Amino acid sequence: MRNVLAIAGKELNSYFTSPMAYVITAVFLAMSGLFFAQDLNISQIARLQGFLGASSFLLLLLSPILTMRLLAEEQKLGTLELLLTAPVRDHEVVLGKYLAALGILLGMLALTLYYPLLLILFAQPDYGPMLSGYFGLLLLGAAFLSVGLFASSLSSNQIVAAVLGIGILILLWVMGTAGNLAPNLPLVKTVLEYLAISSHFSDMLRGVIDTKDVVYYLSVIAVALFFSTRSLETRRWR
Amino acid sequence: MIDVQHLSKHYGDFIAIEDITFHVPKGEILGFLGPNGAGKTTTMRILTGYMPPTSGTATIAGCDVFFQSLEARQHIGYLPETVPLYSDMTVRSYLGFQAAIHGLRDPRKRERISDVIERMRLEEYADTIIGKLSKGFRQRVGVAQAILHEPDVLVLDEPTIGIDPIQVVETRQLIKDLGKDHTIILSSHILPEVSMVCQRVIIINDGRLVAVDTPENLSARLGGPERVRMQVRGPAREVAAALRDVGGVQSVDWEETGNEGVYRFQVQCRAGRDARPQLAGMVVQRRWDLLEMQALGLSLEDIFLQLTTHEELPVHA
Repeated sequence: MRNVLAIAGKELNSYFTSPMAYVITAVFLAMSGLFFAQDLNISQIARLQGFLGASSFLLLLLSPILTMRLLAEEQKLGTLELLLTAPVRDHEVVLGKYLAALGILLGMLALTLYYPLLLILFAQPDYGPMLSGYFGLLLLGAAFLSVGLFASSLSSNQIVAAVLGIGILILLWVMGTAGNLAPNLPLVKTVLEYLAISSHFSDMLRGVIDTKDVVYYLSVIAVALFFSTRSLETRRWR
Repeated sequence: MIDVQHLSKHYGDFIAIEDITFHVPKGEILGFLGPNGAGKTTTMRILTGYMPPTSGTATIAGCDVFFQSLEARQHIGYLPETVPLYSDMTVRSYLGFQAAIHGLRDPRKRERISDVIERMRLEEYADTIIGKLSKGFRQRVGVAQAILHEPDVLVLDEPTIGIDPIQVVETRQLIKDLGKDHTIILSSHILPEVSMVCQRVIIINDGRLVAVDTPENLSARLGGPERVRMQVRGPAREVAAALRDVGGVQSVDWEETGNEGVYRFQVQCRAGRDARPQLAGMVVQRRWDLLEMQALGLSLEDIFLQLTTHEELPVHA
């Protein structure tokens, strides 16, 4: 665990020594703020749905960019050789890097907390959907980051990693509609709809936290991190 | 300390190393010599646990590098050829990170970091971003991280490549010093360096072990002191004629040195004959002044070329 924290700390540090963390946070805050204000203005309802809904897609685009450096750069610079010959396990490397990215996500979401604060100060919003919405966005973002990290483990080129990550995520996002291609196979349709990453977020937006949605996101994270570890291991065989 | 048995590594059909066996006792500095692409880096990567071998075993301080990889890695300090460092970190924070993942904890961690910074003379640059350091200083940071956790074994891949001549001399001295506390494997294709620093040399070519011995023995086994260089004060022609009469001598050449009356003689003996005692005796007996005498064995370069281009020596592992 100490190794995981050491790696996470080092990664967090380099997020802030490069402009990466600042740029992504700034873009995220500007866009999400815009959607928050627009939704308020149009609907005249004290709610976060506008912000949460738009942020989910924003995070899909930004997460792989946030994670693209994590493993790809180590491979490019050759620093992976020193990291993997240190007495750390491969999954500790993956976990440490993942925690660092998760830290940035938490920070970004924390910076948006003044939206609900404004609503509470000036109106009587419904607390349930706000809480469940934030919880859902966090799970969704955490799943995006794990997939982004996996993409980063596949290539030594950061741009390739980012594009690959965004591609996988968009596929996961629209997978539910792919079920319509097979109208005669209800089972296929159900499975595809369950696998779609977007379908599990809509309930949480409405204030419902279903265990099956939580389990879904945690499973995506576990699988993606497992694949990342495996992909890192194969680096040793090449 | 390091035991390698029948190690092979294949990449598909390509054979990187084949059936390498050697042993390094504690405290030895072993030179790993071979042309580029001979398999030096591959062997080192297997020893450091970066990649698994196709077959064969390697143990570091009794730990198998594959089955007890973490324990084995704890005993190794590694400096890869390219000196890969995180260029966005300062020297001190980088060493802090390396110390942490090697299991060092405060206050020991802080102590070791300031020790290696002092030892590698990095004080002035401790808070500089690594990306701004010159190659020579990056090299020092690389060595610093390798010795940070006081490993039993140091694996140094081409440690003097790409740095200036003064730093090369310093680095060689440093490696000799490190040899007092660590067992060292050092790869190089610079031959004088290996003969200067190492107690034993492994020559590897095309992935196969060609010879293992001390630099002196390698030289002796191949050539012996067949050529002798002497400086004598005396009448050049007479001296040359007298030397030619010594048993086992084939030919004698001579040339002037800058000094009045002093000549340099190059004596070629028959294969396997060491005529040095007789040569010295002859000069002294004739009451000329013997100023200098040197056996010219084959240089490591000659041996290396002989071994890697044609004939093979029987290997004594």
